[in-house]
Amino acid sequence: MIEIINLCKTFNGHEVLKKLNLLIKKGQTQVIIGRSGCGKSVLLKHIVGILKPDSGQVIIDNQDITRLNEKEIDRLRLRMGLLFQGAALFDSLSVGENVGFVLREHTDSDEITIRKRVRESLELVGLRGIEELAPSELSGGMKKRVGLARAICARPDIILYDEPTTGIDPIMADAINTLIRQLHDKLEVTSIAVTHDMVSAYKIADRISMLYDGRIIESGSPQEIKDTKDPYVRQFITGAARGPITD
Amino acid sequence: MKAYLNRLGKKFLDALYYTGGIVLLGTKATLGVFRPPFKRRQVFAQMSKIGVDSLFIVTLISLFTGIVLVFQSAYQLQKLGAERFIAHLVSIAMCREMGPVFTALIIAGRAGASISAELGTMKVTEQVDALQTMASDPIHYLVVPRFLALMTMVPILTIYANFIGIVGGYIVAIWKLGITSSMFINSTFEVLTLKDIFSGLFKSLIFAAVICTVSCFEGLNARGGAEGVGKATTLAVVISFVLIIAADCLFTAFFYFV
Repeated sequence: MIEIINLCKTFNGHEVLKKLNLLIKKGQTQVIIGRSGCGKSVLLKHIVGILKPDSGQVIIDNQDITRLNEKEIDRLRLRMGLLFQGAALFDSLSVGENVGFVLREHTDSDEITIRKRVRESLELVGLRGIEELAPSELSGGMKKRVGLARAICARPDIILYDEPTTGIDPIMADAINTLIRQLHDKLEVTSIAVTHDMVSAYKIADRISMLYDGRIIESGSPQEIKDTKDPYVRQFITGAARGPITD
Repeated sequence: MKAYLNRLGKKFLDALYYTGGIVLLGTKATLGVFRPPFKRRQVFAQMSKIGVDSLFIVTLISLFTGIVLVFQSAYQLQKLGAERFIAHLVSIAMCREMGPVFTALIIAGRAGASISAELGTMKVTEQVDALQTMASDPIHYLVVPRFLALMTMVPILTIYANFIGIVGGYIVAIWKLGITSSMFINSTFEVLTLKDIFSGLFKSLIFAAVICTVSCFEGLNARGGAEGVGKATTLAVVISFVLIIAADCLFTAFFYFV
């Protein structure tokens, strides 16, 4: 279970998160929606401990990540996988080395086991025989898939997705959404995705929360969000140019 | 007046933050050298990139430096009939000053710029964040191998540059000034002391640490896409150059005038 309590973060005098509260149950796929620049990625970076909050807590399985030292945070990070918006593959490593990075760096697994796990992870995301390619040789969609393979290679309990469908065509986006759903079902992980793509949100979410003005203003199942009466959420999910968010 | 003081205070704080950041990074990199796991493969890759790939440019610049040094000094020394001191001048100038400083400047311009551009690109494309999320310390993974490689290769390149510079001087002295080979070689060994060589090598170690910390710090603090990476790279080279020359003044004074 992940519990975020009164999380506050300010950058150069601009309050990005204002006492944000959120509860994510084990095994659930939680989607956080909101406009670009509203602090969704900042929230993810707090969950993995890359950013330290000004105040508040991020509790993962009864451990407050904001109070842990680097070694303890690293232990917790090994239970998580994060798919970055731009995949963030290491340019200097091949696809196979990228995917098997955590296993090579943090486990005593032998090379044969690692290669087998890398192949399995790539197959889970629908890729085969590309271990020797460089990231620069991949298309945008393939990079996302390799990023996803890297995130799941160490079989984490929690997978975080930062804008998983941004920058790829609708067909590839749907394939990624299906993949996220399948991975959730196969690996039984807790997933947190931040996105402003409502098609993706409805497809992958068990629960959707909307982040606006540094707080979660509404949470519910995809159907509850579709039927919402909240004018802010309504404007966002319908993509209307006029409304309380823009006025 | 208040606005001026505010700006001054901000600049002072920025300078303090920068100096603190550099010192902290340098300390972490030094301590990281002794902390496992040891990244042998990355260290050798960096040594090849920084050292072996710089060999050609170091050869050219050192050779020309030795040649020019002899031409310029011969022009003056011939008037006094003191050509035999040319070997003294070349060997001492190369080992104490030209070798260490020029090698450091070449490495700062070549490898330092490349390090800050590479780390800067990794930073703005979230690869550094990705390292952290995969429980790998960016300093241990990225900075320590570069630090070790620079601390090894800059002194080695300096010894090489000293030798090539003296060879450059030798060629001109033999062909153009009529100095005999044995006279040049004897004079070189006669005047050079261990202090000349080791003071130069000590300075090259300091320069290597400067290049590494400044380039890595600039790279890891790059912000704002391609423009930010360009700015970080320029700053890394400019600041490294200034600090190398400043450190050279300081240590030359320390070794020979204190």
